Amino acid sequence: MIYFDHAATSFPKPPEVVEAARRFLESGGASPGRGSYPGAIDSGMLLCEIRERLAARFGLRDPMRVIFGLNATDALNLAIAGTLDPGDHAITTALEHNSVIRPLKELERRRGVSVTVLPVRPGEALDPADVAAAIAPRTRALVVNHGSNSFGTVLPLRELGALCRARGLTFIVDAAQTAGVVPVSIDEDGVDLLAFSGHKALMGPMGTGALLLADSFDSARLQPLRVGGTGSQSERLLAPDFLPDRFECGTPNMPGLAGLHAALGLDTSGLADHKRRLVRRFMDRALASVPGIAFYVPSDRLQTGAVSFNLAGRTPSAVARALSERADIACRPGLQCSPLSHRSAGTFPQGTVRFSFGWRNTDAEIETAVAALAEVARGGPTP
Amino acid sequence: MTADALRVILFFSSNHAIWAARVLDRRGIAARLVPTPRHLSSECGHAVELRAADAARAAEALAARGVPFDRVEEAP
Repeated sequence: MIYFDHAATSFPKPPEVVEAARRFLESGGASPGRGSYPGAIDSGMLLCEIRERLAARFGLRDPMRVIFGLNATDALNLAIAGTLDPGDHAITTALEHNSVIRPLKELERRRGVSVTVLPVRPGEALDPADVAAAIAPRTRALVVNHGSNSFGTVLPLRELGALCRARGLTFIVDAAQTAGVVPVSIDEDGVDLLAFSGHKALMGPMGTGALLLADSFDSARLQPLRVGGTGSQSERLLAPDFLPDRFECGTPNMPGLAGLHAALGLDTSGLADHKRRLVRRFMDRALASVPGIAFYVPSDRLQTGAVSFNLAGRTPSAVARALSERADIACRPGLQCSPLSHRSAGTFPQGTVRFSFGWRNTDAEIETAVAALAEVARGGPTP
Repeated sequence: MTADALRVILFFSSNHAIWAARVLDRRGIAARLVPTPRHLSSECGHAVELRAADAARAAEALAARGVPFDRVEEAP
């Protein structure tokens, strides 16, 4: 199989990641923070070291402000539903994944939260003046997609962060597509709440993710969505007020986090350049030899390793099916859970075919894909 | 370490105790994680045990790094 679906999850995982998860299941295995025997301490140490690594990578001083969760969606739900009260107003963009817009729309329906969606096209920056103009008396948060999962573009954060600091808004950033491939500094970019998955460009296992709370963010402004056993203050019937226990309860996904720990120890310094080079190569080769192929953003604006395209006269699903059947290529057709960005790009409702490249992809695989696409483009009708 | 020369640092959370142990280790202060003494706290997690002579320096190191802790007590 030629795997071009790294924006969904990186695959295969590096052998060090697989080995770390296996080793934990075979010879670690204890729940952290729930006992003082060596295995429980080892698990606690491992968890603490992952927090320290993530804090260092994203410009956070206090590792206890790393809150583990299931994935980026889980972290975004905590960030969004945990900060917005009835009557509050939030600003977001027309580039959002459903992991942002659906929580916001649910709150609009259930809590009377109001939402402003600012227009912006993939590859463009969001003008801080537009954000400022949308701020109302009850505006509490700006929620933005750092990297578009459909189009591979990146939204500059720093000016938006500065605006949020100046106007007292909580700046929530969805870094699902950028964590591990585009640098983000909570401190320098002015981010308050940063959400990401561990299983995409960070190359850990599925079921890992985190919400990072800026050192300057008052954690009392965030309410937990889940409460339960934390191994701390067990005599109390209310959840603890301190971090990370306030937002983490139950047994964490330790095998997955052990894998993430190993992934964070890998040298991935060349990953971003590798992905971008493959995107450029694919676009150059396809434009030269695939009739009717259309891209939506210039290659110099694509930073995450994802690229969207269509073939004239073919639906995305038909192209993806043909690529799978003819060349065993795994890719993602349609709206990629990001209908807003496709409306912005003019590709709604059919969407696009998305290729998203990763660490194991090669030039030879690009050549195979281009040849297969040319065959599909020149061939007869597809389903 | 002899029993009469030991102190325990109590924490609100095992997460903090483990972080503290890592911070103290990096600062070259000998310390070990022990079960929280039941007569000092109802916590079900960890405390950090260390030499009494190191307790003040340890408390300073934890405060400087921002590690939250409850208090320092004589070890049982």
